Amino acid sequence: MATLTQSVDEKKKIYEQEALITGAEAIAIACKLANVDVVTAYPIRPYDTVMQYISQLVADGEMDCEFIVAEGEHSQFEIVKHASACGARVFCGSSGVGWMYAMEALTVSPALRIPMVCMVGNRALDDPGAFGVEHNDALAVRDLGWLLTWVDSAQEALDTALIAYRVAEDRRILVPLAISCDGAFLTHSQALVKIPAAEQVKKFLPRYDRGDLLLHPDNVISVAPQANEDWVMEVRRQNYAVTEITCDVIREVYADFERTFGRKYGNPFFEEYMTEDAEVVLLGMGTLSTPVKVAIRKLREEGKKVGFVRLRWFRPFAGPELAKCLERFKAVGVIDRDFSFGSPNLSGVVATEVRSAMYTGSSTRPPVLCFIGGLGGREVTVPDVEKMTDIVFQAAQGKAQPLTQWIGLRG
Amino acid sequence: MSTFVDVKPTQNLEAFKGVKKVPHEEYYTSGHRTCQGCQSAQIMKLMAKAAGPRTIILGSTGCMYVANTSYYATPWGVPWMHTQLGSAGSSALGTAAALRVQMRKGAMKDEPINVIAFCGDGGGADMGLGAISATMCHPDYNLLILMYDNESYANTDIQISGASPYGVNTSFSTPGKVKRIMNHRWKKNIAPLMLVGHPTVKYVGTTCTSYPLQAMNSVRKALSIGGPTFIHCLNPCTKGWDFDPLLSFEMGELAVNTGIFPLYEVECGKLKLYGKTDQIAKGKFKRLPVRDYLLKQGRFAHFVDEDIEYFQSKIDEMWDKWLVPGIIPLQKEIEADNPPAK
Repeated sequence: MATLTQSVDEKKKIYEQEALITGAEAIAIACKLANVDVVTAYPIRPYDTVMQYISQLVADGEMDCEFIVAEGEHSQFEIVKHASACGARVFCGSSGVGWMYAMEALTVSPALRIPMVCMVGNRALDDPGAFGVEHNDALAVRDLGWLLTWVDSAQEALDTALIAYRVAEDRRILVPLAISCDGAFLTHSQALVKIPAAEQVKKFLPRYDRGDLLLHPDNVISVAPQANEDWVMEVRRQNYAVTEITCDVIREVYADFERTFGRKYGNPFFEEYMTEDAEVVLLGMGTLSTPVKVAIRKLREEGKKVGFVRLRWFRPFAGPELAKCLERFKAVGVIDRDFSFGSPNLSGVVATEVRSAMYTGSSTRPPVLCFIGGLGGREVTVPDVEKMTDIVFQAAQGKAQPLTQWIGLRG
Repeated sequence: MSTFVDVKPTQNLEAFKGVKKVPHEEYYTSGHRTCQGCQSAQIMKLMAKAAGPRTIILGSTGCMYVANTSYYATPWGVPWMHTQLGSAGSSALGTAAALRVQMRKGAMKDEPINVIAFCGDGGGADMGLGAISATMCHPDYNLLILMYDNESYANTDIQISGASPYGVNTSFSTPGKVKRIMNHRWKKNIAPLMLVGHPTVKYVGTTCTSYPLQAMNSVRKALSIGGPTFIHCLNPCTKGWDFDPLLSFEMGELAVNTGIFPLYEVECGKLKLYGKTDQIAKGKFKRLPVRDYLLKQGRFAHFVDEDIEYFQSKIDEMWDKWLVPGIIPLQKEIEADNPPAK
């Protein structure tokens, strides 16, 4: 048995295993390690592979939970919402229009203070039908009180799922959290993943304790009565109060994660790649980090000083911190795997948020360009990245560029 | 029947043997803001009393949420939680699942806790039907779905629902200069839908607040029998049906005595009619003319004689032609349907 005197490295040697698994399987394993109590499933590609893995874990006796196959996403999310109100640790998920079908349940969960953890296998919204990734599904809840994070590897998916339960179930937070995994590129792609042992996870992740909010005959409360104009504003303000401290709690949890498992993520909110001496940077979320990093290494060989910032947490949005990071560069190119039709400058969601953060948080305000690309599962290619980098360099040199451009568009 | 599975033990809630044996404790008390003569509030009170203190109640959006449960003035003496309009089934399922798994893992004291989700006819017969149906298909969770039926969306200004009667005047079916009848739909036959469509459900019953003792005993039986169960309760609504609150109880009795609303329960596949409905079926009680029921309510004030006759003919058909009279609408021979108002 491990003792307190053993180093993290020694513990890892004893417990940790390595396996070749997909992003979806990594999250399924995280659910097993987190001893999740109630899981609800409903089929929609590409998220649903996580439920196939969980169903197998239950069938094999490796995971003890109520595994309920619902008759639609609305029920899927309502079932876990109520299970969570009764003290159960829950897991759920969806993709694309399935996520939108659950929208009513998604809307009510933050104010009910339900710490459900969900996986969104990002998928384009119908119509027309497309299985591929787009971020508009998860982003649809961005104003409602959900915590939203994007991961770019199976390892990060597993680790973030464990972190997610700690953050969401923290008594100071208690709001739902969605982990976004790019459809196909992450949900269905295998990679070597270090799987921590259950004993380690148990230490990191105490049992969910809902305290005096628990719905149980020993705690006679009425949850969510009709409040109207008398109290709704105060209830909203309580959710706002959560947003004021979420960044601090996330920092605490990442620090504890590193202490427990020895894996280090640095700044929890965004990852910086080759930014130390960069003149310009690209910024994006999710698995487009792979082609972008490959292209940057190539461009660096040509002497072009470009870096990359990968946003991990979209909600909370670490605005001041990100603005301070980005003000060092001469221009920023945001790659939006989403759209926000009719928005200011007709840009994507992330570019609009970044500009908003820069307006108040940075003294230099470099140009922030928006590139809309990779929609519907289309690849963001290395040549695409080279093209975007060229445009951003031109903006850095003072040559005016359109604020929004579509990249990788046919015809 | 072999299709019925054994589930976790339930509370042993034996039938109350007479009104004098009913306990004094109330778990639905002051604080609600429902109308005078409200029969939907009446079934809330009876349901909570019948279930007792070791109960969790989930309430879908509807009058029994909006008018019933105000912040700082909750009438509930048992834990209660709001659920969305279409989520009576899902809320009960999630709650029952959370209790079962936590008891299994030792995170919660192992004891039978009643789980009841209520919904109105809008939440049960319309929006929440799919979720209730799905929940009825999970034989291993103990729960009760109670649909209080005031035959309209009564909280939002009285609009027709799938459980509204033919021809009724509501704010979405107001008679006009050209069309006298705006609702051509017949009331959805909701309890048989539950019992025929979900053969593993051990208890489906109808009840009415005009028979309080029987209503409480229906709830107690549904909670004791194990697995998911369903009760359809008819609740006359003074505002939506437009009658004097003094007539609330009488209106429910008339619905039964005219044969519009049959009282029965199906326990493990066995059908039992009771009360006046049983007497109607056995020929011991002659159904009252439906005119006596319709003309006492303002919502049918626009009916002309031929509408009433047509309504009567459909009730007669229920009892004379249906294979299971009043309940299952299969017929050996179908006659043409000729409503007087097109």
